Amino acid sequence: MKIHEYQGKEILRQFGVPVPRGIAAFTVQEAVEAAQKLGGPVWVVKAQIHAGGRGKGGGVKVAKTIEQVRELAGQILGMQLKTHQTGPEGQKVRRLYIEDGADIQKEYYLSVVTDRASQKVAFIASSEGGMDIEEVAHKTPEKIAKVFVDPNVGFTDAQGQEIARGVAMPADSQAQFIDVCRKLYKCYMDTDASLVEINPLNRDSKGNIIALDAKFNFDDNAMFRHPEITALRDLDEEDPAEIEASKFDLAYISLDGNIGCLVNGAGLAMATMDTIKLFGAEPANFLDVGGGATPEKVTEAFKIMLRNPKVKAILVNIFGGIMRCDTIATGIIAACKATNLNVPLIVRMKGTNEELGKKLLADSGLPIISVDTMADAAQASVKAVTK
Amino acid sequence: MSIFINKDTKVITQGITGKTGQFHTEKCQEYANGKACFVAGVNPKKAGESIFNIPIYASVKDAAKATGATVSVIYVPPAGAAAAIWEAVEADLDLAICITEGIPIRDMLEVRNKMKAKEAAGGKKTLLLGPNCPGLITPDEIKIGIMPGHIHKKGRIGVVSRSGTLTYEAVAQLTEIGLGQSSAVGIGGDPINGLKHIDVMKAFNDDPDTDAVIMIGEIGGPDEAEAARWCKANMKKPIVGFIAGVTAPAGKRMGHAGALISGGGDTAEAKLAVMEECGFKVTRNPSEMGKLLKAML
Repeated sequence: MKIHEYQGKEILRQFGVPVPRGIAAFTVQEAVEAAQKLGGPVWVVKAQIHAGGRGKGGGVKVAKTIEQVRELAGQILGMQLKTHQTGPEGQKVRRLYIEDGADIQKEYYLSVVTDRASQKVAFIASSEGGMDIEEVAHKTPEKIAKVFVDPNVGFTDAQGQEIARGVAMPADSQAQFIDVCRKLYKCYMDTDASLVEINPLNRDSKGNIIALDAKFNFDDNAMFRHPEITALRDLDEEDPAEIEASKFDLAYISLDGNIGCLVNGAGLAMATMDTIKLFGAEPANFLDVGGGATPEKVTEAFKIMLRNPKVKAILVNIFGGIMRCDTIATGIIAACKATNLNVPLIVRMKGTNEELGKKLLADSGLPIISVDTMADAAQASVKAVTK
Repeated sequence: MSIFINKDTKVITQGITGKTGQFHTEKCQEYANGKACFVAGVNPKKAGESIFNIPIYASVKDAAKATGATVSVIYVPPAGAAAAIWEAVEADLDLAICITEGIPIRDMLEVRNKMKAKEAAGGKKTLLLGPNCPGLITPDEIKIGIMPGHIHKKGRIGVVSRSGTLTYEAVAQLTEIGLGQSSAVGIGGDPINGLKHIDVMKAFNDDPDTDAVIMIGEIGGPDEAEAARWCKANMKKPIVGFIAGVTAPAGKRMGHAGALISGGGDTAEAKLAVMEECGFKVTRNPSEMGKLLKAML
């Protein structure tokens, strides 16, 4: 789960990480009032969308008068902000964050993430703040410092000093910087985050350390114990089809192609998508119906796929293990009828009671193309959308 | 022979009284030597009772002491699953298999580091398979987990995968062309897990009854590349490799918590390239895994 910068900064504030003063605004008038309340003399008007790269896309602007705040808020609010993370259509800006202008002296990069290889919590820091960290890692790997924290030991002073040395933090700011790292670690663990990224972390002319941005990702598996974070979810930032699917416990992700896919199991679902591409077309979605592909779930999955006007065929690929193929066939037939399906349907079923399932599909009188392998299913689907 | 488990393995089921635990315990009992293998269940509130003729104990320690069991399978719900893993480790079992999907990553980080600290201090090493995995099976001997037993056939091919249904896909392809399996192992789709591809490949390499292996991976994480590099230097048996997720967009969690592209190295293309470099027979057509393997024998 992702949240907005202003929400992330509020969390940082609660954990004692210094951030500039700021107020969220949903209208131009609120933006002006926020600026008046903050008092200036310089404000930053920041678009709040979940994607990164907002500055380059024109979603972050500095204002020196209240009138400028009004003008910039008017420009940014409602714009389709395009960044390298939004895709070509961009993301509509519905919220702003009005913040005190910062005294930027030196920008650093600091993030905390779970490291799969070491199974520890990794701090990644760099003296090259404000830039794309992947690019820094690629071009100047020596400018990246990494420290791995064992969650059963916790963050140590020695690790703090190692990070400070790694980014060549000036002596008069080291204590503050290490304190920020320690608080950030506690914040990461206590909120069940899967990523906290501060880029840039600023050292001002007085040597004070302050977080100028805040990007949080949270572990979806742990959100059951964080109602306060779940409450920060902004549905406007999410794909409506994905939200609808999640209500029925379906894992769904929209893609750009025209073959809808319904599969059980995440790995098999990706393999099915890949096979479609291998034979020359593109999948319209990823959809994992999970272990219990009941008629209700299959019907809802069909409805969600068919809401996408690009879908020209549906491919169902089910490996009936515990779930029997005849049960799945019944679900597919019910879904066809409930949705008055009018695009070609290609079904590949394998596993328990496979023959019985195929017979049910054949006897249904519905124009279902029944095939034996994943490759056959992909080829038949590609043929259906290209003819 | 086989890897990790065989017909003489004695198994404790943690979470045996829950809906999932009950359902799959019955299926596991029905498979091959299952009746003799599944010897104990754990539920502190129901100690002294029994279910499917399996006695229930208050703790894993009690169950292990009373039955001599060395392996446990865990169906405990996500909030308590990491604690259940730790209970199996504290009871000094050889292997804990965690089926549970949806365990918080922080809980897994904590339990994995506790396990490593215990080993480092000279304590008994307990292997962990999973979490979020289908389990493992040695055909015609024992099945521990949620895979459909009847698609398997006893034989000499190893299968290892992060995904459940993709493991079944590979197994069914092999069985269909007459190639049985020595063991099929699902290591699970979570980012923080126990046994990785490399560990299972080592076990298959050492197993005199495994002739070749199908290794299946997916986007996210460094594990497949690490295993491939180890195989290049050490593996004596032919390997067919497949990575799911060529079409997966970056930054999206594809069903599995661990199936997420977050950097250049964890894309399907990058992993396929490393596997190819390391001598795997790589395919982009997952319907061909079985056939390709047969051609290499």
